[in-house]
Amino acid sequence: MSTVVEPATAASPARSRAARDASGAARLGAGSGLGLGVAVLWLSLLVLIPLAAVVARGFTGGWSGFWDNITDPNAVRALRLTVTTSLLVAAINAVMGTLLAWVLVRDPFPGRRLVDVIIDIPFALPTIVAGLVLLAVYGTDSPVGIHLLGTQRAIVLGLLFVTLPFAVRSVQPVLMALDREVEQAAACLGASPFTTFRRVVLPLLLPAIASGATLAFARAMGEYGSVLLISGGLSRTKVSSMYAYQKIENFDFPAAAATATVLLAVSLLVIVGLDLLQRAAARRG
Amino acid sequence: MGDRRSTRLGLRVVALLYVAVLVLVPLVVVTWKTVRPGPAAFWSAISSDQAVTAFRLTAEIALASVALNAVFGVGLGLLITRYRFPGRRLLSALADLPLSVSPIVVGLALVLVYGPVDGWFGSTLHSAGIEIIFSLPGMILATTFVSFPLVLREVVPVLLEEGVEQEQAARVLGASAWQRFLRITLPVIRPALLYGIVLSLARSIGEYGAVLVVSGNVSGENQTQTVPLLVGERVQQLEPGAFQLAFLLIVVTVLVIVLVFLRRRESESKHSEPPAVAPDDLALSADPAPAALALHNVASNDVELDKGGLR
Repeated sequence: MSTVVEPATAASPARSRAARDASGAARLGAGSGLGLGVAVLWLSLLVLIPLAAVVARGFTGGWSGFWDNITDPNAVRALRLTVTTSLLVAAINAVMGTLLAWVLVRDPFPGRRLVDVIIDIPFALPTIVAGLVLLAVYGTDSPVGIHLLGTQRAIVLGLLFVTLPFAVRSVQPVLMALDREVEQAAACLGASPFTTFRRVVLPLLLPAIASGATLAFARAMGEYGSVLLISGGLSRTKVSSMYAYQKIENFDFPAAAATATVLLAVSLLVIVGLDLLQRAAARRG
Repeated sequence: MGDRRSTRLGLRVVALLYVAVLVLVPLVVVTWKTVRPGPAAFWSAISSDQAVTAFRLTAEIALASVALNAVFGVGLGLLITRYRFPGRRLLSALADLPLSVSPIVVGLALVLVYGPVDGWFGSTLHSAGIEIIFSLPGMILATTFVSFPLVLREVVPVLLEEGVEQEQAARVLGASAWQRFLRITLPVIRPALLYGIVLSLARSIGEYGAVLVVSGNVSGENQTQTVPLLVGERVQQLEPGAFQLAFLLIVVTVLVIVLVFLRRRESESKHSEPPAVAPDDLALSADPAPAALALHNVASNDVELDKGGLR
């Protein structure tokens, strides 16, 4: 149904005779109004109502039911593991991502383009394939002799794998657009390369580093497929998404929804935080 | 000077080692594990009934959700950039939400609304004979959810950059709405649209968690296992053939990344001068990772809309 309506809507901007502002944007006419209705309906049916259902189900037992579910010792353990590994991954990403971006932008070695491409592979891989890839290397018959199956280090490794490009891609463009004259001026005034980086470059990169690390954190918080296989199915390596899935499998929807609500709240916080971060950066730049 | 050079070399070595250990070594190991059992094992892994059904299911789901996302991506893109209405910025922010939601949460959300037993709409639909969860429609919904903004994110900046002059000129010259869309707007957004479709396709083929929850992961007669789910099952049940399927998915991913990389190079050479405003604008064309790309613009989108409004 919607597939038929939508293209007509798409074409309707020019048809409406409504007033246009300076950018040529119009008020809604009949056709575009209908299109907006269909689009909002689709977004609601697909995204908004289902997400609302998660929160509603999380609170079926009222606030106390929600609280009991998220303070269940297993839920707390899963959430603590998820938060600590995600924070660690965000921190490592901030450092290694900045380093990688620096090398890719400022150090024109042969094969740089190739590295630039390779960085995206882990992220774009289907998550279960990413999980299998890690299992193949660090699982029980590890060809490199490193056995991480069922350890928390394996979870960190899996999360580092899938979030590899976040900080790099966030820092890289800022570094490319950076005016090198400022650094040269600092060097002329006697600053060492390290001082120049710390006092001149780093402050300019900080918003990008922070937003890259935040994106990595958000992704890590909800990750499932890539850490599932390497976790070995043990309770000490169960992250919140696995905990929620286990509750779904047991048809314990209120408990699953309570944990899901917490994850959802984190996603929303991250989106708002990123928005503030970007606004701050835009004001400064 | 020699000191600085050794610092640079040191940084380079650390960066390359990190990428090699994290990415290259694992990929080499998987390739080796695919190749070692020989071509016969490869063929039987991808030609079993289960695998063939999984390929068909994955293709159907990916095509349906890409089509939905393309239509709604372009439609919403036009609405957001060409019209002023209350809630416009909220709509644009909400459209980005799906990318930052955990796949398990996505699956659970859809089950709670469309599940046959006590879903908000699901029980009514179930008594009307319409099954959504544990069957194809639910898997399409889940896949569409997780890749929802990918086309939209690509199309919006192009629409903003293009402006409306040509569309208005065509209107003055008497072109109908359809003519204007097909002859003016579509050619302008075509590269961005195709790029969004490629990203969306890659994401749709590979989705695991969300599809796992809504599909019930059924094998056998009424199989709801897509290729990623089958990979997961083969690994967990210690059945052979997981690496071979995974290898195929890796090949698809690498192809997509190379395609994206080539496009990025093209757009870099087009705008060789970095725009003053704009780490965000640059990131838009420079960021080849599907969700990173769209996620990255979660916040910058508003800024761009403001620019569009000011023009």
